[in-house]
Amino acid sequence: MSQAQEFEKVLSGSDTSVAAFDEHKSAVRRIQHFLHSTPAAVPLIVLVLAIIVFGLTIGGRFFSSYTLTLILQQIAIVGILGAAQTLVILTAGIDLSIGVIMVISAVIMGNCAVSYGLPSVLAVAIGLAAGAACGLLNGVLVAYMKLPPFIVTLGTWNIVMATNFIYSANETIRDTDVDVQAPLLHLFALSFKVGTAVLTAGVIAMVALVLLLWYVLNHTAWGRHVYAVGDDQEAAKLSGIQTKKVLMTVYTLAGLIAAFAAWVSIGRNGSISPSAAVTDYNLQAITATVIGGISLFGGRGSILGTLFGAMIVGVVSMGLNMLGADPQWKVLLTGVLIIGAVAVDQWIRKVSA
Amino acid sequence: MAFASSASAAGVGACLITKTDTNPFFVKMKEGATAKAKELGVDLKTYAGKIDGDSESQVAAIESCIADGAKGILITASDTKGIVPTVKKARDAGLLVIALDTPLDPIDAADATFATDNLEAGKLIGAWAAATLGDKAKDAKIGFLDLTPSQPTVDVLRDQGFMMGYGIDVKDPNKIGDEDDARIVGHDVTNGNEEGGRKAMENLLQKDNTINVIHTINEPAAVGAYQALKAVGLESQVLIVSVDGGCPGVKSVAEGVIGATSQQYPLQMAALGIEAIANFAKDGTKPKPTEGKNFFDTGVNLVTDKPANGVKSIDTKEGLAKCWG
Repeated sequence: MSQAQEFEKVLSGSDTSVAAFDEHKSAVRRIQHFLHSTPAAVPLIVLVLAIIVFGLTIGGRFFSSYTLTLILQQIAIVGILGAAQTLVILTAGIDLSIGVIMVISAVIMGNCAVSYGLPSVLAVAIGLAAGAACGLLNGVLVAYMKLPPFIVTLGTWNIVMATNFIYSANETIRDTDVDVQAPLLHLFALSFKVGTAVLTAGVIAMVALVLLLWYVLNHTAWGRHVYAVGDDQEAAKLSGIQTKKVLMTVYTLAGLIAAFAAWVSIGRNGSISPSAAVTDYNLQAITATVIGGISLFGGRGSILGTLFGAMIVGVVSMGLNMLGADPQWKVLLTGVLIIGAVAVDQWIRKVSA
Repeated sequence: MAFASSASAAGVGACLITKTDTNPFFVKMKEGATAKAKELGVDLKTYAGKIDGDSESQVAAIESCIADGAKGILITASDTKGIVPTVKKARDAGLLVIALDTPLDPIDAADATFATDNLEAGKLIGAWAAATLGDKAKDAKIGFLDLTPSQPTVDVLRDQGFMMGYGIDVKDPNKIGDEDDARIVGHDVTNGNEEGGRKAMENLLQKDNTINVIHTINEPAAVGAYQALKAVGLESQVLIVSVDGGCPGVKSVAEGVIGATSQQYPLQMAALGIEAIANFAKDGTKPKPTEGKNFFDTGVNLVTDKPANGVKSIDTKEGLAKCWG
């Protein structure tokens, strides 16, 4: 053994530094690099700017804790749906059925509790299960049938919307009936006053959910797999990730979160109306996600950005409301924000090109 | 009713085309038409758009009815201007076309219109609100929760009717928002649903939280507004009035959520429409409009449990017996 040849002795004299990129020192490059490594920064900057601009033009009425927390109440539903949408978009997919999954889950919860007289806890559980089941259907079609997510969810959007109307005969479940028979369904209407600020349980649920998902995406194996699958599915597969399972859990989880959004929406609206299925919640969720800097090509973006994206839309629409602008300007400005967000995303990507 | 009771109209084809078949209002309309058609032996086919605003499906439906050799069409148009050329095709082919609930634009593009007098519906709730407030009516703070930014006719009629009934100068009666009465806090749009009603109410409270009268386009919007008021503890300071008279809405009146609502009668509209088609098939007579109006008025009642002086109303018990949806 002592005669062993010691080839590695020469290593002590060699370079020990690890491979590194050449740093470009120009200011623009550095900004680009910073934004590339902190994807939630752009929407956060835009959000702060929007609040400052409206704060200056409208003054104290806008820049008050009451108004700012009211905006949070108004975006709670879209924020939660946006969180679900983010998971799907991170895998380079898209979920067009998310809004109607929410509506049908709310209708099922309401009917179980009010029309069939089941205990509230059971009604909520059945509603959540229904949402997860819709998501599972999307997941199986995408992961195992290898159909494109856009096509799959375009189909299930129509299927779920029609099922919702057929099942419910579009009968609204009234606020008072829910109050009397199933107060648990109104759980997220609970509000807490801190000075003039008003926080509802729905707002708190939205923030808590986003923080939880942020942790899971960044600090668990499953979360890193979601990013990997979105970045390059083939490479992820070769490195031993069970891509089909990851995709299936993502779509199922998105459906489950949509059903959770349904519970929150019952708290906000009081009554449960099946006709909410014609509202474009799915597109509103995609809008929040895109403005929040999540890349539609998959694998890039931070879920915190989605929360900021939803807030930007909320701030802009409340600000324009208080300025007395025609509602169409809100729509126009939202469109500008979407295109701007994607343009910025492309510019940031150049850093890695 | 001005119609002679029809003999059997066996073999006569009729079509009912509604905006959607999901809205309870149109579901009720379909029920009324189907029951009357069965009674008279009319062969009824029903069509609907996919969503409110889907005019394309309605055009296709009218074309199918012409091809089918139907005698008449009842239609609640999604696009009151856009559908006119297709309606003309049907009339040229010898069909009787009756607009239900929503007048075409121009109104005489159809042979007849059977509808609620929405201006009257607005006037009733306006007059009731003013009478209920009494002396406080002259310094009230009033908010308006309307339908959509495009100001469809029904929206304008109810909004401006409320002002006339209440005693506000409407300036141009065809336009929402040109008034300068100091009592008006503002207008916002709801899309006629709960969520929109809540958001719009929150926006108006941002403008002025001393609001004490709210006009709402329909009951879901009213219920949404009540949610927003309840969240800030102002539900007892505000008088909410509405239009529609759907069963959930009437129940909300009974519970005191809504002060008063103007009830309309979709079932009646459709049943009269089928009778008119049967009569037209028999001897070519066309329905006549109500005296002094350019449409046939199918009636409206104010529903409230707090009657006000000088405003005719029915209570919620009677309202529930006559409600739809």
